Amino acid sequence: MFDLPFEGVKIAEFAWVVVGPLTTKYLADWGATVVRVESHTRPCILRLSAPFKDGVPGIDRSQYFAEHNSSKLSVSVDLNKPKGRELAWKLIMWADILSESYTPKAMKAWGLDYDTVHEKRPDIVYYSTCQQGHDGPHAHYPGYGQLAASIAGFYHVSGWPDRSPAPPYGAYTDVISPRFSCAALVAALDYARRTGKGQHLDQSQLETSLHFLAPALMDYRVNGRVASRHGNRLPYAAPHGAFRCKGNDRWVAIAVFDDREWQSLCEAMGDPEWAQGKRFATLTGRKQNEDELEQLVEGWTKEQSAEQVIALLQERGVAAHVVESIEDLFADPQLLHRGHFRRLQHPEIGEAAYDGPAFRLSGTHDRQFAAPTLGQHNFEVLTKILDLSDDEVGDLLAQGVLTTPEDFVLPS
Amino acid sequence: MRLRGTGIPETNSPLGPYRVLDLTEGGYLIGGKILADLGADVIKIEPPGGSPSRDIGPFYKDIANREKSLFWFAYNVNKRSITLDVGKEDGREVFLSLVANADIVLESFAPGYLEKLGLGYAVLSTVKPDIIVTSITPFGQTGPHASYSSCDLTAWASGGMMCLSGDPDRAPVAPSVPQATLHGGAEAAAASVIALWHRNVSGKGHHVDISTQQCVIWTTLNATGKWDVNHFEPRRCSGAIILPRVNVRTIFPCKDGAVTLYIAGGAMASLVDNMKRFVDWMDEEGMAPEWLRTLDWVHAYDMSSTSQEVIDRVEKPFADFFLTKTKAELYGEALKRRLLLAPVNDVRDTVDDVQLQARGFWIEVDHPELDDSLVYCGPFIKFSETPWQVRLRPPLIGEHNDEIYRGELGFSKERISLLKQARVI
Repeated sequence: MFDLPFEGVKIAEFAWVVVGPLTTKYLADWGATVVRVESHTRPCILRLSAPFKDGVPGIDRSQYFAEHNSSKLSVSVDLNKPKGRELAWKLIMWADILSESYTPKAMKAWGLDYDTVHEKRPDIVYYSTCQQGHDGPHAHYPGYGQLAASIAGFYHVSGWPDRSPAPPYGAYTDVISPRFSCAALVAALDYARRTGKGQHLDQSQLETSLHFLAPALMDYRVNGRVASRHGNRLPYAAPHGAFRCKGNDRWVAIAVFDDREWQSLCEAMGDPEWAQGKRFATLTGRKQNEDELEQLVEGWTKEQSAEQVIALLQERGVAAHVVESIEDLFADPQLLHRGHFRRLQHPEIGEAAYDGPAFRLSGTHDRQFAAPTLGQHNFEVLTKILDLSDDEVGDLLAQGVLTTPEDFVLPS
Repeated sequence: MRLRGTGIPETNSPLGPYRVLDLTEGGYLIGGKILADLGADVIKIEPPGGSPSRDIGPFYKDIANREKSLFWFAYNVNKRSITLDVGKEDGREVFLSLVANADIVLESFAPGYLEKLGLGYAVLSTVKPDIIVTSITPFGQTGPHASYSSCDLTAWASGGMMCLSGDPDRAPVAPSVPQATLHGGAEAAAASVIALWHRNVSGKGHHVDISTQQCVIWTTLNATGKWDVNHFEPRRCSGAIILPRVNVRTIFPCKDGAVTLYIAGGAMASLVDNMKRFVDWMDEEGMAPEWLRTLDWVHAYDMSSTSQEVIDRVEKPFADFFLTKTKAELYGEALKRRLLLAPVNDVRDTVDDVQLQARGFWIEVDHPELDDSLVYCGPFIKFSETPWQVRLRPPLIGEHNDEIYRGELGFSKERISLLKQARVI
């Protein structure tokens, strides 16, 4: 018993896109039973997002969705039908946690808002996540993670000083938020276990993510300084950046923080003439002549492969690493050692790589399985978890309470 | 019976009953802060003289001083502080007696460092069998790269995120506010609470082994899927949405800065509706050409099948439109009309943002030693039953030495004095 951390923990998931599903995925991968309440009439947007198996779109062919929903079950329920909402309520009465990312108006219209749920289940942890929070003038802001990242300020501080921003790939606030909400969710679950009291967790992804910019925000308030973008440079290190190597678009990241590391770098470069003397000997000197310094270092790196550069620098205790492409990740020996990529079998996508957890627990293990197709577990969940009979499930299907692939329609 | 010294009854916060010993540094400090924000009693253990993280800027009024680092302030609110040199034999003994009453130890030393000091997980679990030791490192505790020299930039590079970001004609670029170690630290908070949950139900402790590299890989969203399933490597493109056949630009200059926008079509009904209403707005101002007004967003702008030519042509009227308006005008109108557009904010805009103010996100914290109060980021998540509060402003170096050493461990004044002189505390 309790071989897996979250064995016996039950989650009813009404959440979409990345943050909500990634948050509960931590619990799913580590043993919880997570049932996604989905619908063919309005599938989660991630199910319609690339990459698709063989490049062919389909609600059960998106690896983007699959990646973020491993180890979960799926039922396909039309919440706009009264019997659909009855099913939802059965799940809520079964669950320890409810997760959702709808607008407050939508949940209220279905009678699944926090106040209503809390009355029937005062011990349930009700986790709501959205871009900017459930109240305030921008409460119903419909945005995506890219937009929240832009509003938060991550765009402005990324890229080159002489150009428009070059921000982190993808929806950056989407990947900051789940780390915080996972900690919060499990903590709230523990509180409920101890006290019998559930509560409402209201996450504004914008607010969560701002913590990754906290010192810059304080710097502005106290010192009036407006943080901006500086390529790969850092005020207290030089060289500090990405340098081109031999080959097609191959780069290494190198960072030198003190004079000892600088001397080690010089040695690795074969103590070239240009590196001797006072000009670059101190951090101040290196910062003052940083443009030239970077050109000269790159003059050295571009004559060898990224791997050669790393070997020479790591031997001498200088922080350096290949700027890994996604292809590189799949061949990275450290990641192979960590077992990072797991090959899992999905009913429609077939075998695909799923990223594993970023951490190991010495006394236990996770149990990751492929993401579900939409409604894959209707029968299993309704009969085994909700105790309906086979006939009752058949009736719900016939009445359209359980949606089917035929209910999915492209917009006209 | 443990003295808490924080004045908060245990039941009033999610992690109230738990104690954390925090040996992390740099961006990893955020892990302890998250646990402290959730109510845990987090004791930051600093070397005598203070943590090296106190030398990280920016500084209060640009005064480089160990009690004035804004970086330190941001990531150590709600923690207590004691000084202790765990590298000395006497310090080691003191640390073990603290472990006896702790639930979690957070640390970010190089792999093997604590083992060498006789403070590895195996030893700590003889003192407290169900102890949770959370170790955060760039690559994990073991493996061919475990002992690599690393920093925030190289960790970001190792995780694939750096390669994906930047302009096509220049080097890959990392954000100018270092992020990788913050991801590792935040993940440490999540992983520690997961381990804690398991400990509570099973009685088992854990050595939690976090790889910052793997944390960074998790920031790449659908990129690993693109490679594995489609054999497609997204190439950095200045924040554009990168698809197999096309890049869809997202950042557009406007009158006083830039805005971000997702010009999308295809199968997603809500996005199509958004585009139609956007064009309606442009049309009201006479800036929507006929062909744009009649564009079939579902079929003629399906990003999975359309050409770069179509994408570029459609984007031009938007680009022209934005140049006629400011960030505030564009964002204000987009909010009114529920359109998907965001300003590229700098810290001034973020601080002035009306939503954050309305939500009470900014919290003022008193710093008597500075004769000032500073504004901090507020709760990262709002809890209805156990709301976040600032119990403690970020601690001074060893501020709680007396409270812990004398008040809790029962050291005499003489012993404390001796330990101080020997630079153990």
